[in-house]
Amino acid sequence: MESIGVLMPIPMNSYLEGELEKRFNLFKLWTVPHKAQFLKENADSVRAVIGNSSSGADADLIDALPKLEIVASFSVGIDKVDLKKCKEKGIRVTNTPDVLTEDVADLAIGLMLAVLRRLCESDRFVRSGKWKMGDYKLTTKFTGKTVGIIGLGRIGQAIATRAEAFNCPISYHSRSQKADVKHKYYPTVVELAANCDILVVACPLTEETRHIINREVIDALGPKGVLINIGRGPHVDESELVSALVEGRLGGAGLDVYQNEPEVPEELFGLENVVLLPHVGSATVETRTAMADLVIGNLEAHFLKKPLLTPVV
Amino acid sequence: MAEPQIHHLNGNDRRPKVLMLNQSPTFALFPSLFTQKFRILKAWESEQPLDQFLAKHARSVHALLGDRHTVVNAELLQLLPALRMVTVTCTGVNQIDLAECRRRGIAVANLGGAYSEDVADFAVGLLIDVLRRVSASDRYVRKGFWRSKGDFPLGFKLGGKRIGIVGMGKIGIEVAKRLQVFGCSIAYTSRNKKPSISYPVYSTVQELAESSDAIILCCGLNDQTRHIVNKKVLSALGKEGVVINIGRGALIDEKELVRCLVGGEIGGAGLDVFENEPYVPKELFALDNVVLCPHRAVHTPESFQASAEIAIANLEAFFSNRPLITPVTND
Repeated sequence: MESIGVLMPIPMNSYLEGELEKRFNLFKLWTVPHKAQFLKENADSVRAVIGNSSSGADADLIDALPKLEIVASFSVGIDKVDLKKCKEKGIRVTNTPDVLTEDVADLAIGLMLAVLRRLCESDRFVRSGKWKMGDYKLTTKFTGKTVGIIGLGRIGQAIATRAEAFNCPISYHSRSQKADVKHKYYPTVVELAANCDILVVACPLTEETRHIINREVIDALGPKGVLINIGRGPHVDESELVSALVEGRLGGAGLDVYQNEPEVPEELFGLENVVLLPHVGSATVETRTAMADLVIGNLEAHFLKKPLLTPVV
Repeated sequence: MAEPQIHHLNGNDRRPKVLMLNQSPTFALFPSLFTQKFRILKAWESEQPLDQFLAKHARSVHALLGDRHTVVNAELLQLLPALRMVTVTCTGVNQIDLAECRRRGIAVANLGGAYSEDVADFAVGLLIDVLRRVSASDRYVRKGFWRSKGDFPLGFKLGGKRIGIVGMGKIGIEVAKRLQVFGCSIAYTSRNKKPSISYPVYSTVQELAESSDAIILCCGLNDQTRHIVNKKVLSALGKEGVVINIGRGALIDEKELVRCLVGGEIGGAGLDVFENEPYVPKELFALDNVVLCPHRAVHTPESFQASAEIAIANLEAFFSNRPLITPVTND
């Protein structure tokens, strides 16, 4: 398989790169000075593209690679892959579900605790020497708070299970009510937001869910409500979110994703009721290794004409 | 501040007297809950020096309301010969000479489990923060480094980690209940074996540390537990091991802990308490695998309301000759 060309547009993970280089002819596009020219010259060799949360395969890239057979994403979200075009052209698409579910759910709870109990802010308080001058203030109890989850898929359910261990009542919104789920269902996100203390975005990004968190939802969540986003930046109308936080109309936010990563609105930097993480939902040594193994496994299965491990298309 | 008048019958104040030596957060937040039922003698507001203030009330004060800063030792008890009950709005009682109280027939009550949920939440929050580098990466973002330096280094998965809980009391149980659901395995060590608890138990903290990826200190501070986490335990915990302390600073040999963290001999630490608060070893400030909090695990309005209610319930029980609600036992 050493002659099979695999394109990796941006650096993702050195273990993944190493494993790909062992098996394939890996094109590391970020190391090339003239990308467009390189693509033209090597277009016919590229049979696979590695995607992730920030780089996928849009229509232009697909058109530029006539021999493309498979897009293997190093992520579970594949909003950056033009699935319609892939289906039309018979290009397979795989992602990395399940192996990162726990890490993302853990981080969602970690964000809730960090925001409500002001962990990062307290740490800053200590490191700045302020503790010597007086105590830090009271923070908000987490146990027993109502958690509203948008999207009750693998990640949403894992978040629910964890929050329940803290005696948090769970409510949710999804495209349709789930028959076997005992949690309270709300048919709209606004109603969910109005009836919970902490609102978590845990659904895939699609045309329907873009800006699912808008001004109306933020108003419903209110000055005591907290938003947690471990989905995708475009789930949230970011400028509305920023003004709500700055003006005190929203109680707090724990964000792992943003509209235009790695850009994070600087107006948030001075706020103590906000925790800002650099898209680390699945960023552990253990999980990134498992994700890389799944990408390799999918590629090997494809080129050996075996069933794909985790196909999307 | 005007005191409610309902208990002033015929000009007599019928409220039982309760002595306080220092202002506590619980009292500061809910003063009228206490003053409705008790006449609070506030030593810190008196212009008299303490021993004179105490001498004035020595024969009539039967109850003392304190917190973790209220040192109740033999010298103090000598000045309060009529004292029969001490209640503190905290879980830890290391500041009270329990043996001396027992000798004098003075009953001691703490808060029971009032703080357990908030402290357990904090312990879990600290553990996730250390492993997943939450505070460190929040700092990274706010400094603009995500844009200029690229992705933050990888953290470590919580799921599947072996958690060792030191002290399986009310707080330890709440911590275990939460972490189990994250796919962690739980083991513990405790002063008394708990037959009703099914987690594996170890005889010593060192043995527990040898078999754990993270240890969480949930026990009280006393002569046996001072520096219970020492060089040997830290060595047993190992290069990737994490220690979370929401008990008391002196449970850990702090100098040794700092040495291990700076030298990369253990994986990380989440600390809400220190040996000499509010002083925190400066060497820790440069570390990304350490989370430092200013002794706030308990500090939510809900916890303080619960603590006021329990303290009042204990005082009422005492003054009605009923058994205390949350007496300090050797549990």
